[in-house]
Amino acid sequence: MKGDVVLEATDLTRHYHVDRGTFRSPAVLKALDGATFTLAKGRTLAVVGESGCGKSTLARLVTMIEKPTSGMLNIGGTDITSADKQTLMALHKTVQIVFQDPYGSLNPRQKIGHALEEPLLVNTPMGKKERREAAMNIINLVGLRPEHYDRYPHMFSGGQRQRIAVARALMLNPNIVVLDEPVSALDVSIQAQILNLIALLQEQFDLAYLFISHDLSVVKHIADEVMVMYLGKPIESGCRDTLFAKPHHPYTRALLSATPVADPFRVKERIVLRGELPSPIAPPSGCTFHPRCPSMTDICRDKAPETQEIDGCRVACYHPKVYPPKE
Amino acid sequence: MSLLEIANLSVAFQTAGGLFTAVDRFSLQIEPGEIVSIVGESGSGKSVAMLALMGLLPWTATVTADVLRFDGQDLKTINKPQLRKIIGSQMSMIFQEPMTSLNPCFTVGFQLTETLKIHLGMNRTEQKRRAIELLELVGIPEPEKRLSAFPHQLSGGMNQRVMIAIAISCNPRLLIADEPTTALDVTIQAQILDLLMKLQKEKGMSLVLITHDMGVVAETAERVFVQYAGQQVEQQSVMGLFARPHHPYTQALLNSLPERSNSRILPSIAGIVPGQFDKPRGCLFSPRCHYATDLCRTKPPTPATADFGYALCHYPLLEGVPTNYPEEVRA
Amino acid sequence: MTEIAIQEVIDNRPTGFRAVVTEFWSYFSENRGAVVGLVFFIAVVLIAVFADFIAPHAPNHQYRDALLQPPFWQDGGSIKFPLGTDAIGRDMLSRLIHGAQYSLFIGCIVVSLSLVAGIIFGLLAGFFRGRVDTFIMRIMDIVLAFPSLLLALVLVAVLGPSLINAMIAIAIVQQPHYVRLTRAAVMTEMTKDYVTAARVIGIRSLRLMFVTILPNCMAPLIVQAALSFSTAILDAAALGFLGMGAQPPTPEWGTMLAEAREFILRAWWVVTFPGVAILTTVLAINMMGDGLRDALDPKLKRS
Repeated sequence: MKGDVVLEATDLTRHYHVDRGTFRSPAVLKALDGATFTLAKGRTLAVVGESGCGKSTLARLVTMIEKPTSGMLNIGGTDITSADKQTLMALHKTVQIVFQDPYGSLNPRQKIGHALEEPLLVNTPMGKKERREAAMNIINLVGLRPEHYDRYPHMFSGGQRQRIAVARALMLNPNIVVLDEPVSALDVSIQAQILNLIALLQEQFDLAYLFISHDLSVVKHIADEVMVMYLGKPIESGCRDTLFAKPHHPYTRALLSATPVADPFRVKERIVLRGELPSPIAPPSGCTFHPRCPSMTDICRDKAPETQEIDGCRVACYHPKVYPPKE
Repeated sequence: MSLLEIANLSVAFQTAGGLFTAVDRFSLQIEPGEIVSIVGESGSGKSVAMLALMGLLPWTATVTADVLRFDGQDLKTINKPQLRKIIGSQMSMIFQEPMTSLNPCFTVGFQLTETLKIHLGMNRTEQKRRAIELLELVGIPEPEKRLSAFPHQLSGGMNQRVMIAIAISCNPRLLIADEPTTALDVTIQAQILDLLMKLQKEKGMSLVLITHDMGVVAETAERVFVQYAGQQVEQQSVMGLFARPHHPYTQALLNSLPERSNSRILPSIAGIVPGQFDKPRGCLFSPRCHYATDLCRTKPPTPATADFGYALCHYPLLEGVPTNYPEEVRA
Repeated sequence: MTEIAIQEVIDNRPTGFRAVVTEFWSYFSENRGAVVGLVFFIAVVLIAVFADFIAPHAPNHQYRDALLQPPFWQDGGSIKFPLGTDAIGRDMLSRLIHGAQYSLFIGCIVVSLSLVAGIIFGLLAGFFRGRVDTFIMRIMDIVLAFPSLLLALVLVAVLGPSLINAMIAIAIVQQPHYVRLTRAAVMTEMTKDYVTAARVIGIRSLRLMFVTILPNCMAPLIVQAALSFSTAILDAAALGFLGMGAQPPTPEWGTMLAEAREFILRAWWVVTFPGVAILTTVLAINMMGDGLRDALDPKLKRS
């Protein structure tokens, strides 16, 4: 049913140990530090952030390529942190992924028909004829033609390859599709085509989308809920309309201000952040955003803020912007 | 007198499959202190045109132009030593990938002072002093320390600042920025654009900003040139372009932006940019154009007048409606 | 779905094996040296295959009345033995023709052995990394540290001098090159998205290694195989020269050289012709290998 929760994550954390040589103990890279969110059928959760914010790590955890260091991840009712290998194998069919780079995400030596059939070959007992039929159906569904079946990836344009990538993600009838910057590498006019395709497919199959992007204009168009991340932590999350109309966290406001708007007549509040994105290996103390924050005070340096609820959004900040309630 | 005057610049490449026209009659005039943007998608020829101007294309390229004048000097007839004096000092360029545009084997200080030595003939102490000055100018903290840093030790944003420092080291009159922020994070992008605008104003440089991001164009440019498949399809002031585009491609491009739509389904442009082997006979945009007629498909259009933004179209748009449109087709 | 269907022109280039071969040939044939090498190599293969029919005499038949006869263009030579005879009256030409069989045989076996083993070890090392990688690569480092011929000699001395043992020894010595190449290629491919995509689909390690990743690593391996073909022939010839490879009376070119050492001044033809045979075959294969590299390296492909 539409609206059913298909994924629940609580305090999801992923640490990596980075070798620093024979004489020093390994450093801890907190790639993801306490993400909490849910995905529901037919809805899109957008994850927004810049380099080092942990969105790729999140994608790897949700697609079960890696196991979380701590926290709970519940997919389709099964807690994957305590599931056995058999269950995990079966769960692969529920979550699929579309990558950013249309040129690297397809095996150059594999005809696309074969690439589409492979998920079925590996996971189901379907016969050759049935697999080919299924592949042909999907090819049609994403707007390609049957004669494309026998072609190699290098014969297609970027937009077409993304269609193939989307087709491949759909082969196992997943409930959840992780879209990792699916249109960032495409031209603007092709972006629109692929966004349309993604929207139509969501409606048709009631898919839950985890849409990772750094492009706020695309996020505003496609998301239902938005989660903004910085250095592995979600710093603000809430429903799209509220977040864009009333951004509370200084980083969210800076992001919105920094995103170029295709309207020369609009005057924007200009917030230009100081400094560089810190490295996740040596994050700043307390609130990790404090060195760049225009509203920083002493407490920000000392202790990381708890998440509070404001206007229906969850914000982790000591000095969020408060919007007066409308009369 | 315009600082830079280009008329009908064309670039053709020798490829295994024959002659490929990457740029077809590109024209541009820019006044001192002006900010101009060349916008287009992949295959539009926007980068190639500027690389041709700087003389940075491989030997397989043939560059022709009616007029190619910089600051009154004719670049077509100039000799090599004189050209080298202009490129890099008076006319400078920064590129997209800061991580690969700097030589990974040499320190930042070395690459910065190299330009100073070659173009301005400074001695060691002067070079060092000027290098530190430049790094401060582009907003790099602790510039003395950074002189001995290697490119891979700095972040993308820092590297781009170093590139900008190198580019402005000789106080150029024209700076060409080829997608300078595409490879950077959003907040860093804002910093770099801010920096470029600040420098442009302080030094009175002209800036040519090549990009595919319409948002960047809207926020920075004064005039815009739109490229499609190697051809120049429209030229207008930025306000005019966004409010009243004259070419169907510009209109379709603006409509397909997610931020300008209200519905879930975006009005996208069907089809793709023509490549080397499938160039249409008439107008290059005709296979994808809403308004295409038989005339569009058979006869290549000529540029319209200045009122219509020199739109390369048989029926340039006026307030969103094609002019001189045949009645039968409209039905 | 007409809204999202595309009306764009598809790339209509022909697909299939034939197209791959045609494209390969167009790149390969640009290198004239490579084509000459290929022609020569094919000639050697044909000679080896039809040796029994082409050779005028049996390679081991001793003509007691024609010992050390010079080639036919010199005084004392005759057309019956066009390239002369050796010290015990065997026809040089026939021995050279049959020798081609041995050289090609050596090349094929050695390359096959090292290729198969090298791919497996390289895949394991590059795919699993960590301790498996360290273990395999250290062993390869040890093998590489020995001068190849010396190692082959030791192995042959342990296993006993014969052609088969010589081939095994040479294959072992050539291993590290394949392992390194495969490992490097595998590590590069592992970073690419399509491998992660395959993982997400549920493909397990074995299939991932051999079906998904390996085909994308073949190009440098093919080039290495072609070039080490010639190295194998040279190494076998060297071992034969030292008496540790093919044993007399086998007409292997290197062994022929060994037997002819004492005749360098007296009967130049007994030494020169086997040497020239080795030289030209190896040269042809190397030239061919260069052409292969140009044709198979995707980075050199033009638009």
